[in-house]
Amino acid sequence: MKIRIGFGSCGIAAGAKKVTDKFSQILAEKNLSIDVSVTGCIGMCFYEPIVDIIDDNGVFTYAKVTPSMVEEIIEQHIVNGQPIQEHLVSTTEHPYPELKNQVRIVLKNCGIINPEKIEDYTENDGYKALNKVVNEMTPEAVIEEIKLSGLRGRGGAGFPTWFKWDAARKSKGSKDKYVVCNADEGDPGAFMDRSVLEGDPHAVLEGMIIAGYAMDANYGFIYCRAEYPLAIERLIIAIDQAREKNYLGKNILGSGFDFDIVIKTGAGAFVCGEETALIASLEGERGMPRLKPPFPAQSGYFGKPTNINNVETFANVPWIFNNGGAAFAAYGTKTSKGTKVFALAGKIKNGGLVEVPMGMTLREVIFGIGGGIKQDNEFKAVQMGGPSGGCIPRALLDTPVDYESINQTGAIMGSGGMVVMDEETCMVDMARFFLDFTCKESCGKCTYCRIGTKRMLEILDRIVVGKGNIEDLDTLQTLCTSIRDGSLCGLGATAPNPVLTTIRYFRDEYLAHIVDKKCPAKSCKPLLTYTIVAETCIGCTLCSQKCPAEAITGELKKPHEIDQAKCIKCGNCVTVCKAKAIAVE
Amino acid sequence: MSCECEKKLEAEFSTTKVDISLMDEVINKFNRENGNLISVLQDAQEAYGYLPLDVLQMIADRTGSKRAKIYGIATFYSQFRMKPRGKYIILTCQGTACHVNGSDAIAEALCEELNIKVGDSTSDWMFSLEEVACLGCCSLAPVIMINGEAFGNLTPKSARKIIKDIYASEKGEAGK
Repeated sequence: MKIRIGFGSCGIAAGAKKVTDKFSQILAEKNLSIDVSVTGCIGMCFYEPIVDIIDDNGVFTYAKVTPSMVEEIIEQHIVNGQPIQEHLVSTTEHPYPELKNQVRIVLKNCGIINPEKIEDYTENDGYKALNKVVNEMTPEAVIEEIKLSGLRGRGGAGFPTWFKWDAARKSKGSKDKYVVCNADEGDPGAFMDRSVLEGDPHAVLEGMIIAGYAMDANYGFIYCRAEYPLAIERLIIAIDQAREKNYLGKNILGSGFDFDIVIKTGAGAFVCGEETALIASLEGERGMPRLKPPFPAQSGYFGKPTNINNVETFANVPWIFNNGGAAFAAYGTKTSKGTKVFALAGKIKNGGLVEVPMGMTLREVIFGIGGGIKQDNEFKAVQMGGPSGGCIPRALLDTPVDYESINQTGAIMGSGGMVVMDEETCMVDMARFFLDFTCKESCGKCTYCRIGTKRMLEILDRIVVGKGNIEDLDTLQTLCTSIRDGSLCGLGATAPNPVLTTIRYFRDEYLAHIVDKKCPAKSCKPLLTYTIVAETCIGCTLCSQKCPAEAITGELKKPHEIDQAKCIKCGNCVTVCKAKAIAVE
Repeated sequence: MSCECEKKLEAEFSTTKVDISLMDEVINKFNRENGNLISVLQDAQEAYGYLPLDVLQMIADRTGSKRAKIYGIATFYSQFRMKPRGKYIILTCQGTACHVNGSDAIAEALCEELNIKVGDSTSDWMFSLEEVACLGCCSLAPVIMINGEAFGNLTPKSARKIIKDIYASEKGEAGK
């Protein structure tokens, strides 16, 4: 028997540590010697903290476990062998319904193995692919297999992986070549790479070593953002273990091939997700992009040939060699092969990670696997691709998720963040939110990006407080085109996307803000009017006590009134009113 | 000799004197190898909690880099700070999912509870409040992180309680 507890960042934030302590404490009190191990995130973040009890009858999964439930679980399930049905969400016989339509390649070990134990990884076919590659295959055959699989970069742009590897292999620039893993997951609303690094770090290492072998590189870097302390900790453990077992280091598995990996911690700059900026940052400089060509494959880290792939791309590689490129290509669409991991967040019921074959529709992902919208509100849009992407409206819910179809909507596949929005989300505010982000994160090199995003933000700032005018829409469109054409890197070139897609699909919301001075989603506070419905008001005086502007007057047990001239639209009255007597227009 | 601009810039820094000898270990660790400036700055910030002016100047002298370059790097990345920080560093997540789920109200509640603005520290140097682009715990939005530990599914009320709990445990420890 074994107890397994979800110990990703999400699990810990939901209270997994307290639950683990409680298990250890009670097991010790009862003199039970049962192994309590940790695992990464299985993707069902909404169920955290998750506890699996594994015995001869299979795996029993308890969700939303609190320390107070622990004693009952130990007493009933572990001691008496009676699983507690009402707390179970998944068993071997009846696994998570959410997993039914998923295909797990990248996430196959996440939430199953202990990421801090290399044995757990090797028992699940870990480093088998590496052994096969370095001892049985030529680098050319490795690249050929990746080509056959149709794997494309999972970081956002979807460039064919084999092409990059081949270019780095053929590059004659220098004998020293570098493999870089881009783990600077900067898109707000995306957490796939964090979960993979926390849940299955060895898969990423194995993918990198294979890439190194294919392009004849002996050094690798993982550029991981400092905001992911747990991922870095687990990577350090994984690298040490891999060195000990000779999966890293000199003469790997007797093949004569040398490879080692170093972790570099990013210091917080979104633009460093761009290849050339990332390289500048690796070199210890300000992370500013430069003109391409030369491409990193010709001249990258200190002028040496360098290949950069994203975490998820590398994590696919071991599976491809264990199962064959053709098996990978059997999933997906004509141009987008394999699976894609998405991070579902926002106003969605089952927030977490999902991995689906390419080509599944957005509707199936959001309503089928994600369970639909919180509180059964109306779906309004899904944001894909972060600050470089766009908002896809309800009418396009049947768009299949593949690189080309998503591009056609004006959004991008991006790294896989899907933030779901409902009727309470204001699309103008959303556009303003992303512009605020790109404006802050612009490195300042290109004038259009540096100043253009600022001008756009100023206009959007005006619109959300009701001071916009109708010409603003044209100005925004003009600025969008100039910024797109006048910026060197992807950050600038795609910065207009959130604005362009919201104007395209939600023009009526812009008009409501500009012409009617109203916010249909009731989210932009300066455009709202608060009134008290006399029939519903119970006269409890709570609102008048909490009103910071002293705008609410009225006698005890009699309907109150808001003085519109004094109201500062803070919304406090709505929060405190127990009778729901405040109307917001 | 420093020019007027440099003096103006220097005036922005904290005047607290620090023990510069802590830097020897950091500098020796990286041994003037190429490309380690960011790592040096990260370790320096780890040692002092922030980047004091004397430390930046020392890094410039010892690595043979221009002071302007060091200042440029230190101000480019959001991780680096030139001001001292509190014992507990609260990062409020500004990610999309947190924004959609009401992170503004959380930040407001924290500002009110601590009586400081975002970017500042409390006068007893217990807390610093900072914004961060995304903590990657989007399914638990809205989220904050305090000294590396993430707290999710917050409401303004539960966010205030976290602060109160930390204050209470600090007082408890001080009383022991």
